[in-house]
Amino acid sequence: MKCNQAIKELSGYLDGELDPELKQTLEAHLTYCNHCHAVFDSTKKTIELYCDGKLFSLPDDVRTRLHEALKRKLHGRR
Amino acid sequence: MAEIPQVALARDESHLIGEAKAGNYAAFEELVNRYEKKIYRLGMNITGNREDAEDVLQEAFLKAFEHLPDFREDSRFYTWVVRIAVNEALMKLRKRRSSREVPMETSEDENGEVLVREFADWKPNPEQQFAQVELERILQSAANALPPGFRTVFYLRDVEGLSTEETAEVLDLTVGAVKARLFRARLRLREELSKIFKRGSIQ
Repeated sequence: MKCNQAIKELSGYLDGELDPELKQTLEAHLTYCNHCHAVFDSTKKTIELYCDGKLFSLPDDVRTRLHEALKRKLHGRR
Repeated sequence: MAEIPQVALARDESHLIGEAKAGNYAAFEELVNRYEKKIYRLGMNITGNREDAEDVLQEAFLKAFEHLPDFREDSRFYTWVVRIAVNEALMKLRKRRSSREVPMETSEDENGEVLVREFADWKPNPEQQFAQVELERILQSAANALPPGFRTVFYLRDVEGLSTEETAEVLDLTVGAVKARLFRARLRLREELSKIFKRGSIQ
């Protein structure tokens, strides 16, 4: 397997969508190709960084204003 | 801790929606409580600033409340609210940037295949080298290098955990387009972050 072929399968690999044979060929490539290994590894890490639950947490004042706006809307209806 | 079975959660949610449709505000508030954090984060991720994210959050739930009678339970409530929130967020961006969708900047070879420009290894645990606020700034600035249509696909699939099909439905895209955008978005974000996190880079 060549590097450009390996990169093409990156998304399918991360999403667990590759058929077993292709997955095995790809994993073999990743064990000896440091370049592709670094790309796969850091792409996985990229996703993990964005998934960190602590990031962009909802501030208390923003939450309070949301619930106040909803209550106003409800009372406006009555 | 025992996991709440998905079926029970869905049944409970369907009950809440029924109650909310019948005018029970507490039931609607319970639905808001479940998803407000995610919707705020979505707003932050797509618009890139707190003010817009707050507007997106409020508008999304106010509209959900208003249109609740129209909600047919053939999709998840969460996916439905996400769709409303994404529309609000993209509308904000269009207003701000006068409807300019910049093309995705990637290098391609003569066959149209995406070329990877940066092969460097990353330092271990890059997140531990930065304060929370600084890390948020880094991630946001990397995401801003992507056209909104691409980073939205990335957030829905990789951060919010929507399936390819759900993402396609929310954004009115084909499944193939979602996959193609996700692939390019992942590579581009990695490339942006590599500038900061790669081994040997100077802080």
